Amino acid sequence: MNPRRFPSLIAIVSTAIAIASGVLVLAGYFYVQNGNGQASLFMNIRLTLLDWAVILAGFAVFIGIYNLFQVHFKKIKKTQLGSLYSLLLLISLAVTFLLGLVKPSLMGFVFTTVQLPVEASLMALLAVTLTYASIRLLRRRLNLLSVIFLVTALLILLGTAPLPFLGNIPVLSDWMRPFIAQVMAVAGARGILLGVALGTLTTGLRILFGADRPYGGNK
Amino acid sequence: MSIGLELAGFGLVFLSAAMMLGLSFLRRKSRPVFRDIPAFTRLRQAVGLAVEDGSRLHLSLGRGALITPQSASALAGLALLRRLAELTSAGDQPPIATSGDATLTILSQDALQAAAKYFDQNVSDPMTGRLTGLTPFSYAAGAIAAIRDEKVSANILMGNFGVEVALMTDAVERENSFVLAGSDNLTAQAVIYASAQEPLIGEEIFAAGAYVNSGSMHSASLTVQDILRWLIIAAILVGALLTLAGVL
Repeated sequence: MNPRRFPSLIAIVSTAIAIASGVLVLAGYFYVQNGNGQASLFMNIRLTLLDWAVILAGFAVFIGIYNLFQVHFKKIKKTQLGSLYSLLLLISLAVTFLLGLVKPSLMGFVFTTVQLPVEASLMALLAVTLTYASIRLLRRRLNLLSVIFLVTALLILLGTAPLPFLGNIPVLSDWMRPFIAQVMAVAGARGILLGVALGTLTTGLRILFGADRPYGGNK
Repeated sequence: MSIGLELAGFGLVFLSAAMMLGLSFLRRKSRPVFRDIPAFTRLRQAVGLAVEDGSRLHLSLGRGALITPQSASALAGLALLRRLAELTSAGDQPPIATSGDATLTILSQDALQAAAKYFDQNVSDPMTGRLTGLTPFSYAAGAIAAIRDEKVSANILMGNFGVEVALMTDAVERENSFVLAGSDNLTAQAVIYASAQEPLIGEEIFAAGAYVNSGSMHSASLTVQDILRWLIIAAILVGALLTLAGVL
């Protein structure tokens, strides 16, 4: 008997539970109220299952933090490349954890004086990274779409930011920038979002059918 | 939600489900033909190269938590991760998966373990599925370390990202390795278009499974997406014409 052809009992049970939960939650969205105006049974089941999911996601954060600890501890143990940074991360993790237990009121201070400035610096770095990427775009992909992308970005920049001594550029700031941003970009964005919504729908259905099983079990 | 909208929503889901089941049954007998997306052709080449030269694939699943509507792109990424783990099972190094959400980390470990079990490989390192950070930039910083230090030859960034994805694509470029990137987030898509070697636009991220032969249901779902798109285009055109005629 080839074990690959026969999924384990755990796989069958987990698939059955996942499909049943998915169908019940979906039914809760379509059948919200009874005839007397009260919340339907499906609606109540949906809310209960979603509450359970939120609690499980909370526990998953603990597992995730443990995973983060394990990965960096292993890196330090094997003195891999960048293990000094891993050591710094683990020390910071331990200090923040202890501080959170001993003096929870200081957590806001830690966030605004350490986390926030570091993330703001990365955001600033991003401006340089994106400018550099845009310059390199034509070298990477020289085609009509790339040219349109760059010209549009340039027009929007010129139309948005007032130039020194000149202020706003007449036609660009008053007419062209609003037209690009509010008509052309919105039309394109709606098209993309419709496509993403259809993709989301079919991905959800694949999981409901058990064709994709991200929750485990053999294929 | 009004009863009309509830019925319309149910009708759309029911129609899509019926079409997917029917088409997946038909697709078992014939091999579907899709338009060429160069990014997926290069991905197949990159997978082959990774197996040959003993390097790794890195798949980053983004920050779309499972209990939010942004999870669909990460779920598509997880299906791709499972398939890529199977495709690279003959290689020396299993793929690594990074994410910015703990539930995705657990699922990525599970996907990698399931692929290893499928090929009777007892070795499955839980460290291959990693949480790199819980905030956007800490996640990106952690993923950059994986891109740089883990002998990665190809990177697939597929999930819900923000602008921080530019830092990751920049890191890939510095390492001279391959990157295929796609997101369901509009801002991230613009950033990816400017900075990634192989960008995926719009719903192309949901087509990944069909392009790497993940099964007949993936091909069927892609065809259903196309059919629904044409229906929406027709509805928009009819609506515009009726509005012009003063009926609506």
